[in-house]
Amino acid sequence: MTNPSGRFGVHGGQYIPETLMNAVIELEEAYNHYKNDAEFQRELSTLFNEYAGRPSRLYHAEKMTKDLGGAKIYLKREDLNHTGAHKINNVLGQALLAKKMGKTRLIAETGAGQHGVATATAAALMGMECVVFMGEEDTVRQALNVYRMRLLGARVVPVRTGTATLKDAVSEAMREWTSRVNDTHYCLGSVMGPHPFPTIVRDFQAVISKEIREQLLAKEGRLPDAVLACVGGGSNAIGSFYHFIGDESVRLIGCEAAGRGVDTFETAATIATGRLGIFHGMKSYFCQNQDGQIAPVYSISAGLDYPGIGPEHAHLHDIGRAEYVPVTDEEAVRAFEYLAKTEGIIPAIESAHAVAHAMKIAPAMDKDRIVVITVSGRGDKDCAAIARYRGEDIHE
Amino acid sequence: MSNIQKAFEHGKAFIAFLTCGDPDLPTTAAAVRAAVENGADLIELGIPFSDPTAEGPVIQGANVRALKGGVTTDKIFAFVRELRRDVKVPMVFMTYANVVFSYGAGRFLSACRDIGIDGLILPDLPYEEKEEFQPVCSQYGVDLISLVAPTSENRIAMIAKEAEGFLYIVSSLGVTGTRSEIRTDIASMVGIVRQNTKIPCAVGFGISTPEQAKNMADLSDGAIVGSAIVRLLEKYGREAPEHIGRYVKSMKDAMKS
Repeated sequence: MTNPSGRFGVHGGQYIPETLMNAVIELEEAYNHYKNDAEFQRELSTLFNEYAGRPSRLYHAEKMTKDLGGAKIYLKREDLNHTGAHKINNVLGQALLAKKMGKTRLIAETGAGQHGVATATAAALMGMECVVFMGEEDTVRQALNVYRMRLLGARVVPVRTGTATLKDAVSEAMREWTSRVNDTHYCLGSVMGPHPFPTIVRDFQAVISKEIREQLLAKEGRLPDAVLACVGGGSNAIGSFYHFIGDESVRLIGCEAAGRGVDTFETAATIATGRLGIFHGMKSYFCQNQDGQIAPVYSISAGLDYPGIGPEHAHLHDIGRAEYVPVTDEEAVRAFEYLAKTEGIIPAIESAHAVAHAMKIAPAMDKDRIVVITVSGRGDKDCAAIARYRGEDIHE
Repeated sequence: MSNIQKAFEHGKAFIAFLTCGDPDLPTTAAAVRAAVENGADLIELGIPFSDPTAEGPVIQGANVRALKGGVTTDKIFAFVRELRRDVKVPMVFMTYANVVFSYGAGRFLSACRDIGIDGLILPDLPYEEKEEFQPVCSQYGVDLISLVAPTSENRIAMIAKEAEGFLYIVSSLGVTGTRSEIRTDIASMVGIVRQNTKIPCAVGFGISTPEQAKNMADLSDGAIVGSAIVRLLEKYGREAPEHIGRYVKSMKDAMKS
């Protein structure tokens, strides 16, 4: 879907300071070389299979299917990956690429902490230095992940600027990269930022839909009717969609964080409330005010608390190939509790947004329909926050 | 010929940066006048942005103060129109791509022409993306200023060939902010620039002392100072203009020596 200048329709591009241009050009050249390099692909497959535990399971959620009384529901269990989320797929790919490029240091932004933990993990594995930028507010919301990153040998830098959340962590990581490009690779965690990041991250995450396709064909002998995933920047969603984009019969549904509702200012639903803009290196949709100032967004989920969406999603929205729907905090929390009680699976609060939308649409679908929900991560990290949301005062 | 060239007609140019509305527009106006009275040859006016990814902590702080004070793009246009009645030196806007894009490039640049803005600096618009705004800038006679950085290397010639107004040489890696020393080989960057364009070039990022200003101006056609001026606003607030006047004079004197 990427054209030569890194565009998806009108979206994408490279809106970054001149200081970084040679770095992204070098990255693109290296990626174009290694993506077709058999040895690189063999090493990456080994890391995926032996280290991250791929392929992840495609699990038939029988009780949930029966309870909702409609479409047959499968869960793509990215929560079972090493480090507990889909983030490891992208990070192993980028860390291996960075290492081949001779870089010795990885920097990353993180919201919920899952990408930071994954990056710290890959850095430990490959003997690289690691610095993770995390909004100060998120370091409080996700204190356990901060400890995990430190345990893995990374330095965690709390970001106090702006809203002290994910977008500010991205800004600070970009600033750090401009000050040290020679030995440092910016391991961006989502399908966003300047070209070639949206393409590289998508390609490493596309293993999710490649597996769903193979696994479902083996189990059911057919493709799904719908694939659902949560969307912040949109990496697990594009990974879940990618190998189905050409199959028009498969509905692709991205579930955005509506926070307290799309009619409030406390939302992070970009497609529902944003408009076209240029930020963090890309043209795409952003939550912003009439002067183009980026809006302070809100979601209960630190991982979806971002005012933009990846350029390929923006394009899939424009051409009507994927649908993007808002899911509120309350709906996500109910889905979080529902999946725990119904299937014995505690999903990340991010992934619970996709589960929540499936709970809305599956009952109205025929029993011979198949829905796949990507459970992008595990929910252990969210238990304290959800307990507090429900009025129980527990602390980690 | 670009109006911006006038800034370079009286020896080495001193270029002063301020964020509009930090802490309020009357203070910005007084600070601009103080800078011009004391020898500033070109004024770079920042339109604040919520997430200025190329700025260090000092200018980030100015952006926060200005936005908190309620400044908007329209208020800044009205302010510059008023300022232009007596400020005759070239003036350029410095902001981020989304501020221009969101306003509508055509509307934004036609306003620039009407109020007497001579150029536009967008740190998040590299050579590869300048088609986004270049045609509209040309249509309204506003120079789109290009930047080259210490990492530009093989790109300097390509950028310089198409540059207009003046070429902004970024002195150091990283974001804006004062630095105790500048290690980049500015002379060789300027050498490549000179081979590829006739327009002047000025060095910015990290310059705060009269000695640095003199050294950078000796190597190029001028020095750009932002964070050091903004720090005076941060420290003295509405009382800052007189301090800025004295500071600009000290820099300008050093550059003449």
